[in-house]
Amino acid sequence: MDALHALIVLANFVIVPAIAYGSQLALGALGITLIVGVLRFSNFAHGETMAFGTMLVILVTWWFQSLGLSIHPLPTALLALPLGILGCIAMVLLTDRFVYRFYRKAKSSPVVLVMASLGVTFIMNGIIRFVIGPGDQRFADGQRFIMKAREFKEMTGLKEGLAIKVTQSITLVTAIVIVVALFWFLNRTRTGKSMRAFSDNEDLALLSGINPERVVAITWIIVAILATVAGTLYGLDKTFKPFTYFQLLLPMFAAAVVGGLGNPVGAIVGGFVIAFSEILITYAYKKVFTYLLPSDFAPSTLIQLLSTDYKFAVSFSILVLVLLFRPTGLFKGQST
Amino acid sequence: MSEKPFLIGDSMTGGYGNGADILNNCTVAVNKGEIAVIVGPNGAGKSTAMKAIFGMLNMRTGKVSIDGEDITNLSPQNRVAKGMAFVPQNQNIFTSLSVEENLEMGAFLREDDISETMAQVFDLFPILKEKRKQAAGELSGGQRQQVAVGRALMTEPKVLMLDEPTAGVSPIVMDELFDRIIEVARTGISILMVEQNARQALAIADKGYVLVQGENRFTDTGTNLLADPEVRKSFLGG
Repeated sequence: MDALHALIVLANFVIVPAIAYGSQLALGALGITLIVGVLRFSNFAHGETMAFGTMLVILVTWWFQSLGLSIHPLPTALLALPLGILGCIAMVLLTDRFVYRFYRKAKSSPVVLVMASLGVTFIMNGIIRFVIGPGDQRFADGQRFIMKAREFKEMTGLKEGLAIKVTQSITLVTAIVIVVALFWFLNRTRTGKSMRAFSDNEDLALLSGINPERVVAITWIIVAILATVAGTLYGLDKTFKPFTYFQLLLPMFAAAVVGGLGNPVGAIVGGFVIAFSEILITYAYKKVFTYLLPSDFAPSTLIQLLSTDYKFAVSFSILVLVLLFRPTGLFKGQST
Repeated sequence: MSEKPFLIGDSMTGGYGNGADILNNCTVAVNKGEIAVIVGPNGAGKSTAMKAIFGMLNMRTGKVSIDGEDITNLSPQNRVAKGMAFVPQNQNIFTSLSVEENLEMGAFLREDDISETMAQVFDLFPILKEKRKQAAGELSGGQRQQVAVGRALMTEPKVLMLDEPTAGVSPIVMDELFDRIIEVARTGISILMVEQNARQALAIADKGYVLVQGENRFTDTGTNLLADPEVRKSFLGG
């Protein structure tokens, strides 16, 4: 019985949140990994792309709310998502046209493109803060919980509760739908295969008549979709704050590198590896051990390996370890 | 030359970028359904001549024409549309794509049904049919070359250009590949090939070109070149 209680505590505070967070990171890392695969540079502006898309979704959500539009019990943001995605697609395509294309035509080295993306980051940073402000924005509405902790206790008669938020389940379902659609596209459609071919061997793709500018545009469109969805899900689950999205860049890059840059399956696995590591290492296990150990041994401290303030240190350590010992990632990817 | 050659790179002079000329007044041609082989010592400009014909080189003088049409100023992509297919020496397959996907990508420009051409390629290289769901990068060297040639054939080319198709494969696989290449030529596709294994390549060639320092040194039928004592002494090791 105590073991069951310990398990429920763990599920409530670690497993369920980590699955939601992992799905969000996976979607973000997928965007990064696609850019590396096709455009061959690490896009530092990816966090800002997410923030920009989410900002548009929030603005549209507020507009819908003022009109009285609602899909209760689901959050209105889901209704606003398609419009946000369209705006984000327009933004990345314009950025590509006016920034990245120049360096691509000049056949600049990847590091030049990375620096260009850093510049894009700062500009986007400013635009986002200018439009929506630097503060926290809450835009989640609709029902909050699928199952409240109290309901779970009443239902099962256990002492510990398991709460599942609506946003967590939406995150998981949406992530699964998006990932299935993405893999179907990459593996089953002619355009998707041409993207993989271009990513694999650019010269041979050109010899086969694959149009590089078209592949690049499609990649940006997919990245904008992934980033807006990931950002909106994260914002619904937690809150939207521009700086948080900039910070998400580190765990997302860590996820992409852990899985192997350029490898979509790796990005998903990496997302969950990073999410679970972050939460497992920063969780305070006191309650779990209180249930598991005899009462004489009950811990008096929090039993927390690292304070949650240091959660970025976890992603960073994993990133460094992977780069040191397995630079191509868990799945075979590029090493740079 | 009795009939007008199907593909000809005529008096080509040029090099990479603005560098020194690698080709000097070099002429390479192939007739319909025949096999032409370019041989010569290292650095003779064999591959360069091939790239010049495919439009991957800045030519200062000379012209390239296919079926009587001047294509000197076309990009490589547009030459593919004119019926040329090129198999580079290195990185000539999509390693992370399956064999079948490699063939599909070869036919990317085609809008019509490609299943018949794919069946023909599988007839030519039965091993590819067996491994068609496997990633091309997992295949052996000889099988990769078959994928590379198969990919090029998917465009239904009139001329197939091969840059050292037997580089790095065992002698048995080499013989096998040459047999397949003869089969391709019998279907009416002209073949222009650069080869290190000069003796074996000339044995199957209708026409051979011996290049030295970017110039034509000897040009004759494959059999005659093999019989020529001077060619034997200088280029075929006696």
